[in-house]
Order: sequence, then C-alpha cells, then structure tokens
Amino acid sequence: MAEPLLQVESVSKRFGGLLAVDRASFIAETGRITALIGPNGAGKTTLFAIISGFLRASEGRVVYDGVEITSEPPHRLARRGIARTFQIVQPFAGLTVRENIAVGSHLSRPARADALAAAGEVASAVGLGDLIDRPAASLTVAGRKRLELARALAIAPRLLLLDEVLAGLNPSEIRDMVPVIRAIRDRGITIVMIEHVMQAVMSLAEHVFVLAEGRIIAAGSPQAVAGDPRVVEAYLGHGAAERMRAHA
Amino acid sequence: MRGLLPILVAVALLATVPLLTSSNVVLNFLVTALLIALVGQGWNLLGGYGGQYSFGHAAFFGTGAYTTAILQMRYGINAWLGFGIGIAAGALVGAVIGALSFRSGLKGSYFALVTLAFAEVLRIIASVAPITGAGVGTLIKLELRPEAFQFQSRVPFYWIILALVGVSLVLIRLIEGSRFGAYLVAVRENEDAAQALGVNATLIKLGAMTISAAITAAGGCFYAQYFLFIDAGIAYGPWISVEALLAPIIGGIGTVLGPLLGALVVRTLGEITKLVTGDAPGLDLVIYGCVLILVVAFAPRGIVGMFDGLRRRLPSRTATAPPPLEQGHG
Repeated sequence: MAEPLLQVESVSKRFGGLLAVDRASFIAETGRITALIGPNGAGKTTLFAIISGFLRASEGRVVYDGVEITSEPPHRLARRGIARTFQIVQPFAGLTVRENIAVGSHLSRPARADALAAAGEVASAVGLGDLIDRPAASLTVAGRKRLELARALAIAPRLLLLDEVLAGLNPSEIRDMVPVIRAIRDRGITIVMIEHVMQAVMSLAEHVFVLAEGRIIAAGSPQAVAGDPRVVEAYLGHGAAERMRAHA
Repeated sequence: MRGLLPILVAVALLATVPLLTSSNVVLNFLVTALLIALVGQGWNLLGGYGGQYSFGHAAFFGTGAYTTAILQMRYGINAWLGFGIGIAAGALVGAVIGALSFRSGLKGSYFALVTLAFAEVLRIIASVAPITGAGVGTLIKLELRPEAFQFQSRVPFYWIILALVGVSLVLIRLIEGSRFGAYLVAVRENEDAAQALGVNATLIKLGAMTISAAITAAGGCFYAQYFLFIDAGIAYGPWISVEALLAPIIGGIGTVLGPLLGALVVRTLGEITKLVTGDAPGLDLVIYGCVLILVVAFAPRGIVGMFDGLRRRLPSRTATAPPPLEQGHG
C-alpha cells in the first residue's frame, strides 16, 4: 500500500446547531485518485473547504505529507502544494485564459513573462490551447471547468482537490475530460475528487469513500462501494437495499 | 519597453504647454488637473487594480499636506525633506487603516464606509488640535526660493507636478506588469480563487493600499507647497476623496492613463460650469454627479474603455491585423 499523502482524522464541522461533518476520516494515498462521493448535502464540499483552509474544523485534524496543516490559511496550503478547484467555477472573469492561469504559475515564477509562458503550457495540457487569449468570461461551462483545472495545475501541486469538475458537463464533454484527469494522475499528482458522475468515479477512482449526513459510511474499491447496501440506502432511502434484493 | 510609449507621449505633450503659453490661467488649470491626476492615480491602484473602493483618500492627502506644512512651520525642517516625510507619513496612515480594515475582512461598501470614517475622524481632529492650527489652519511662510520648494512663477511647479505624475504613471505601469500587479488584479476579480492559488490576499491589499496612500500623499504635499495654506476642510475634506475617485472612474478604472484623462475631463467640466453659472456653490458637484452616472451606466470602463471598444469595433485589415493580445512581455 502506498504512503498516504493526505490524512483527514475525525474532522467535525458545526454550523450553529447543524453538524455538517461528523468525525469524518479518510486518507488519500500518494499517486492515486481517491473519490469522495455521497448524496447532496452530505458535507463533501464542507470537508473540502476544511482541508483547503477556507473553513476551520470544529474538531479533528488534517495531516499532509506528515505535517499537521489544520486551519492553515489557503494561500499557505497552496504553497505547500495543495491545489483545489471550486464546485461553482470562480474564474477571474475580466482576465484572459492565459492571465487566469498565470496567477497560478506566478507561485514559483516571479517574472511576468515566465508565468505567462508557463500558463501557455498548462493550457495546452488541459486542452485550452486554442482559447488562450480569449476572455475567461467568454468560455462555455466545459471551458470554465477546464480553466479551474488549469489554474490549479499551474501552481504545480502535489495534491489536487477536485470539487465536481464534471458536474454540468454533457456526456461527450465528460468523455473528453476523463483522460485529462487520468493524465494528471499519471504525472504523479495525487487527486482527491468529489464527484456525482458515477460513471467517471467508476472509471477513474482507485479508492472511494462515501459520505452521508456528515459521516463516512463506507470505503473501498468503486465496485465494492457501489454494491454496499449502506451506500444504496444513503442514496435511495431506508430499506431500499432490501427491497431491491427482494425484487431481484 | 511595451506600454511605456503612451506614457511618454502623454507626458511629452503636456511638457510642451509651458513652451507654448505663459498664461497663468492655463498653467493653473493644468497644475490643478495634474494634481487630481496624481491623487486619482493613487486611488486607481487600490480601487482600479485592487477593487477596494476607498471613499477616504483624503486621509492620505491631508496627512501628506499637514506633515510637510507642520514640519516646516513648527520644526523648521526643509520643505523638500518635509515633502519626503509627508509621503512616508501618508503611506504609514494607509498601512495602518489597511491593516485594520483588511485584517477584519472588510470588503466592498463596508471598506468604503470605514475609509470615509477614518478621513472624517482625521478632519475633525485636525480642526481642533493645536498642532494643525485648529480652525485657523496652517499657513506656510512665503519664501520664494527653490530650496524652500517655492517659486516665483508657476512654471517650475508645473514641471514638478508633471514629473510626479510621470513617475506615478511609470510606477503603475511597472506594477501592472509584475507579479504583485497580477496578484492584485486576481484579488479584485475573485479573492477566494486567488487565495487558493497561493496569493496572500490580505498582504497584497495592504501593499496596494500603502503605495496608493503614498502617491495620494505626494499630491497633498504638493498642494501645501503650491497654495501655501491648508485647513482641516481642505486637507481632510470629502472633496478630495471625491475627486480622487471621479478622475479614474471617468477616465478608465484600472488603466494606467485613466486617472490623467479623467482628471483633465473633470477639471474642464468644472471650469466650464464655473464660466456658465458664475460661482454657484455646489453646482460643479451636480455636474460631476451627472457625468458619473452617465459613465457608470454607459461606459463602465471610462474613456479609455470607450476608445478600446471603438478600436475593436473597427474592421481589422486582415493581413496587417495586430496579433492577439500579447501582454506583459515588457
């Protein structure tokens, strides 16, 4: 088993009386794709926000590469090599695609010209090469998702947190995107993805954690998890697994 | 270097004016306009590039003006040295207000209100504190020697304010092409996304506010030397906060030449209003307000934005068409 790059240890998040994340633990092994799935409102995005420093955990800790990083601000985590994308895309709308990506490449390149040149390379890697000088605001949904990915890649991360990069894409756009994500993993970048598109999770993820009502209820290979009655119930309601078995 | 040419042309054009005319009316008009351009350029760095709209740039203008005036009159410090210290004092006030507001996460209209409040507090303090001359104001002793930063004619003042504007233009252009500038714009466009990419947004905004305050304070120092009199209403009054944001917004927010163009337009409008209406108090503000509404409604990127839009709409002559934007190789 590979070394874990990221360990989330019984993290909880309370918003007033609401327990959004309840002692959730999971690990992401180095060089692999780990998926975090679960029904709407399960707390996946909240958990991501905690890992990436945008929210403070009420309890628990996050360990990255052997170092505790709980509650470090996002910009410092980025410098450690943790990149994230946003579920609701957040382009720098007034800038071109190249300028958007260059903000990321500036992290290791102080000179503007270097950063802009590096941005061009990243853009080609995610298939935005032809749109490089277009305003980010003019991109389609698929283009914006790619831009999110490109910007995150531009900081040369070791860990990439993808928050539903496939949501809102049509089936052919998803087919185009899956190899892009796999290619990122093949470059040695560890990926944790929140995803609703199960077809993609099945083909990409090596390990899956299922979050429901703030708790991790199942973990394992994609196939094992998909057959787990607890997971079926979390999605379809109490007793669903049994009824399905009875009908089968 | 790319992008410096327009600055050079603008400054060179303005530099020819004293060679063509020695009219005090013209020079006085241009000195005032350039002063507003300088103050507006300070606002533009923070507001235009950084997206942090300050309503209180008077705080920096006034600090610069009072610092240099008080140092000269009460401590006998050389005016040129006082000028430098005034800029530093303005920068310090900017850093303090910036640290307080940005660390508490103030954004948008809250930030605008807090800056306005700081400027008003300083105005009230200046109108009662003995060191500022309280309600009477501070008069700088007439001493028409270059060493004392005072001149017989308006021409040297004109050269100095033009040089200051030139320096501010080059500075903003350099920032525009730097990592700091790219981070600043990223923070303006989307602070969360910028932070996720390793940008320390608080630090970037603080840096912008400090430089912005220094530029605006330079305008205040110049004002004190040019008019040799300041009081609380002039130094810290809302009028200068308004002019500081009008010029860049009308000229083109977040552009290098916007504040200069805007200042010339605003000042011209102001003079025309005076000519037409006599000196009806407040009428120039009514005109400014109308122009501001028109600009925000129909040309949100100001005069510079309108020109860009026109240029893009003109049919490009295929073969000789310029290559797509190739920014920052400068």
